[in-house]
Amino acid sequence: MLRYLFRRLLLMIPTFFGVTLICFLVLKLTNSDPVTSSNAGAMSGHQISREAIEHLRHFYALDRPWPVQYLRLVRRLVTLDLGTRWQDGRAISEVIGEALPITLLLSSVSLVIAYVLAIPLGIFSAARRGSRRDTVTTLVLFMLYSLPSFWVGTMLIVYLSSGRFVSCPWLGRPGCFPLQGWHSFEGFEQRTILGKLADVLWHITLPIVTLSYGALASLSRYMRMGMLENLRQDYIRTARAKGLSERRVYYHHALRNALIPIVTLLGLTLPTLIGGSVIVEQIFGIRGMGFVALEAIRLPDYPLVITIVAFTGLLTMIGVLLSDVLYAIVDPRIRLQGVSAK
Amino acid sequence: MTAKTVVMVAERSSASKLFHQVVKQPIQRAALVVLFVMVTVALIADMLASSQPLLLCFHHHWYVLPNLIHPSELRIYDNDLLMKHLGVDDWAVLPLVPWGYNGHDLTHVLSAPDAVHWLGTDSSGRDVLARLLHGSRVSLIVGVLSVTVLVTIGTTLGTLAGYFGGVLDVLLMRILEIVHSIPTILLLVTLLSVLAPEGYSAVIAMTVVIGLVWWTYVARLIRGEILRVKELDFVHAARAQGASTWRVIFGHVLPNASSPVLVSATFALASAILVEGALSFLGFGIPDDMASWGGLLNEVRSNIEAWWLAVFPGAAIFVTVTAFNLVGEGLRDALDPRTR
Repeated sequence: MLRYLFRRLLLMIPTFFGVTLICFLVLKLTNSDPVTSSNAGAMSGHQISREAIEHLRHFYALDRPWPVQYLRLVRRLVTLDLGTRWQDGRAISEVIGEALPITLLLSSVSLVIAYVLAIPLGIFSAARRGSRRDTVTTLVLFMLYSLPSFWVGTMLIVYLSSGRFVSCPWLGRPGCFPLQGWHSFEGFEQRTILGKLADVLWHITLPIVTLSYGALASLSRYMRMGMLENLRQDYIRTARAKGLSERRVYYHHALRNALIPIVTLLGLTLPTLIGGSVIVEQIFGIRGMGFVALEAIRLPDYPLVITIVAFTGLLTMIGVLLSDVLYAIVDPRIRLQGVSAK
Repeated sequence: MTAKTVVMVAERSSASKLFHQVVKQPIQRAALVVLFVMVTVALIADMLASSQPLLLCFHHHWYVLPNLIHPSELRIYDNDLLMKHLGVDDWAVLPLVPWGYNGHDLTHVLSAPDAVHWLGTDSSGRDVLARLLHGSRVSLIVGVLSVTVLVTIGTTLGTLAGYFGGVLDVLLMRILEIVHSIPTILLLVTLLSVLAPEGYSAVIAMTVVIGLVWWTYVARLIRGEILRVKELDFVHAARAQGASTWRVIFGHVLPNASSPVLVSATFALASAILVEGALSFLGFGIPDDMASWGGLLNEVRSNIEAWWLAVFPGAAIFVTVTAFNLVGEGLRDALDPRTR
């Protein structure tokens, strides 16, 4: 197990290089000098002095050939010497430190909700295979799966937050949900912990709905398929022949095996949620990683873009590794060497 | 000659069998109808919605299809203005939606659906229905072209890696892992903002970018299929008969590994339309002077009470994506023996 983990961690190094290299080369495509051509000066409202430009060029090694620039970049990433954001001169590490927990909060809550709802839904559907309820559930989930999240988010804001269609006067505002942010801007600090929690929950309800239904739809489809696949197996017939109750057959025999692929999907769902949060954060004005990333791309603030891509890349790799390890833990038939040879 | 005929008959019957299996369920039939309508609308969008008439007699001069030809002497007119300047003997046949996708009706800015603008107007007075009809072009072109790009790249690399294995395979798998580790949407947005395309080149840029980022899924799929098929008996038999490597690949291995690609290409089409919408929604995709569904939705962000800007374009994306996904489902059920 340890040897396998060690090998996988070693393999992450070339992948990390690849991720940063691709992003670096894409940004190099512009063939322009980000320091002089960027809005760095305009954004902060000051004219940048010649010395400052030279300093920046030197800091990002822009006066050197690109392989050197790239290696410097990697060195800065590895040593966490990330520099500052051009927009306002804040340390990038600080910006990410603020944005990352928000994105993680959004995606982990959505992930939990999706799993908690998807598993029973899948079992329910599989148990009543072919019935009208199964057909309806399957169709609804299928539609959810095709529903664009940017549309759902926008519709939720238009109908629930804008105040034109539904209003909650007792909240002292036109709409029933906030338009922006993950907490209130006024008086948030003065609230009690419980008050803060309620406020955050109220703010993230719509984003969470927008983020989780897609994962819910695909997970429950997998769950249903997994259950059906297992219910066809011989050991289920054996279990039934032994005289076990249907309940026991479902929950003790079929479910356990059907859960295995669902567990491994964890590693694949996490990156989708992080990618999805780019859109959701944009719609709901939540300053998470996706929001900061789009801001950086618009500016453009290349060092920040690369840092964020490298960061999310690392997160994805960890997620995938985690799911592979989980796979080995839940399924005794899997040997880790076998997984790595796949 | 007989052998050839037999093969052709067999092929046609398997294709039509496939078609019949796909359309067996009513919902899949409905999906195919929707797609047919969608393609038709995209093809004849200029005939359905245009700022110029279909047929015009103006100052004793005949114009046939000025909506397609755009004669220079009519350039200053749109339908509205033309109607006001029509003489006694003049007449015109207007399209169903007498608004162009880029025509600004400044007397109706951000107006809700009414008799003049059936689906309302956006913040610069452009007709939503006209933009919806023309937007179908962007969605379908981006979808079809990007899937062509990604299937071509994915099939080529996946086949090479799967068949020959070795260094090539290791290299491909590494690349796949790298690309999978980058959040797709960030990579797409970065590429598009770097390229900053305008006009029709935006459609091309979008296509290429989506294809370049998403080929990995097809590559992985076809690699797995090739690995499975290349060890089957008939492939060994072909090799034993002395068939060349390329003949084995193109004549025997690929045709037998291609059905999952067909299925995933259909799903990829749906996803490509979805992601085009998302990118345009975020403001990185199709520029504003072209009509796109995502771009229409984008306007809601600054006018959150304009429900008609949210409902209709979103529904268009949803219906198209669902239809493609349903067809993909049908294909998969027909082709994959395990789900039968």
